[in-house]
Amino acid sequence: MLSLNAMNVLQPIGRIFLAFLATVGRLSMFTGSALSHCVRPPFYPRIIGRQMVEIGFFSLPVVGLTAIFAGMVLALQSYTGFARFSAEGAIANVVVLSITRELGPVLAGLMVAGRVGAAMAAEIGTMRVTEQIDALTTLSTNPMKYLVAPRLIAGLTMMPILVFIADIIGVFGGYVVGVYKLGFNAANYLQRTYDFLEAEDVISGLVKASVFGFIITLMGCYHGYHSKGGAQGVGTATTYAVVSASILILSSDYILTELFFAK
Amino acid sequence: MSDARPKIRLRNLHKSFGDKVVLNGVDLDVGVGESVVVIGGSGTGKSVMIKCILALLPVSGGSIQVDGEEVVGIGSKDRERINRKFGMLFQGSALFDSLPVWENVAFGLLAEKRVSRSEARDVAVGKLAQVGLTPEVGDLSPAELSGGMQKRVALARAIAADPEIIFFDEPTTGLDPIMADVINDLIVKITREMGATALSITHDLASARKIAHRIAMLYEGKIIWVGPTADIDDSGNPYVDQFIHGRAVGPIKMAIRA
Repeated sequence: MLSLNAMNVLQPIGRIFLAFLATVGRLSMFTGSALSHCVRPPFYPRIIGRQMVEIGFFSLPVVGLTAIFAGMVLALQSYTGFARFSAEGAIANVVVLSITRELGPVLAGLMVAGRVGAAMAAEIGTMRVTEQIDALTTLSTNPMKYLVAPRLIAGLTMMPILVFIADIIGVFGGYVVGVYKLGFNAANYLQRTYDFLEAEDVISGLVKASVFGFIITLMGCYHGYHSKGGAQGVGTATTYAVVSASILILSSDYILTELFFAK
Repeated sequence: MSDARPKIRLRNLHKSFGDKVVLNGVDLDVGVGESVVVIGGSGTGKSVMIKCILALLPVSGGSIQVDGEEVVGIGSKDRERINRKFGMLFQGSALFDSLPVWENVAFGLLAEKRVSRSEARDVAVGKLAQVGLTPEVGDLSPAELSGGMQKRVALARAIAADPEIIFFDEPTTGLDPIMADVINDLIVKITREMGATALSITHDLASARKIAHRIAMLYEGKIIWVGPTADIDDSGNPYVDQFIHGRAVGPIKMAIRA
């Protein structure tokens, strides 16, 4: 009787574990296949271009707004803290380091995951359930090449550019609050921003951005590609795409930070 | 028809999803220039059979020959070459809604880079005319078309690359009887003009009678009857009789639960 109860507990654990392994395996194969299609012709420059505009240009407003408010809040909050031990002068450094190393890539990544990752999963998922992906195959077109590779390429290349712009806007947000609200000298603030910034701070952030761009588009494509069962399946795929991309962004962010930290 | 090498030959074709056996040893020949319609109830694996031939689904076992060439387990280069012989009309039309109608029709040609964009456009207009659509339709988006027109565009797309073999997946499903008959006429006309081989699946018997030279019935993963279209009414097979008369009572038991 006891062993039967034990079985009842262990069975679902085993089932979940096996399902997890199957998903990891499927995702690895999908990633490998997608990457190999990114570097082998034929390429689809028109589609790559369209995806670049979609990811890079049309995400600018939402990412810009996120960055400017993040920079402003950062300046205000760090003033509250730093004023307690008379270190207000360090605010410019705190803002620029936090934005370039951390908040720029992560916040932009999360916003783009919500905007672009969801749209990709919904679009590719709908193509899956309406047999459009099958139709591609019958028309001498590899769907991995036509749908997935252009999105991955666009994600990898556009996210760093997007984050670089977000960095500038974020620092500007901190500057606005620092100068007009907290009464810093404008030249002084900019000088401190510039003096303590190293190339590595910005570059590490842009590398993160590229990785996040890859994660977002990969999750959007993967979940869309494997969606099934009509409208509900597409909805589930969209949710999974955003949730898994967000979690992977935050966890890979730690790993990447640790790698850069170790140097 | 049987002495010549068939265009498509299926032997002992098996397909299962996990524990669920869908195709359980399908044997079927489709002769050159012949139109074969496979009938059968919903969920008997008709679509799965076609998708196995197109390699959209991997088969679990058995043999598929196209022009005498075994195509199960061939490499991707060979597969591309074989798939170039195929055209497919999907059940829901499966038009790409991000592209205008003419690009949908010319998609296969553009993908193979056999023609320039302006040539592809001319071909598309010609194919649209073949299915009774005016050139102006080419500039619309698929979402602006009615179901019947979408079906025609999908048909134009299926024949755009002049395939040797065309698959029709439930070509009349979701259309009113008149539009269904228009599509049937188009299928007969076009396959005859092109001299193409056709393999269709449907549960619409009016459509099957119209487009088929031979009819085969798929039941529980096997072809249980195959014969000329004229013989469908006295097949002497109780399963076929029940199906064509649409009787709820008979040897076929509808599975209420899968």
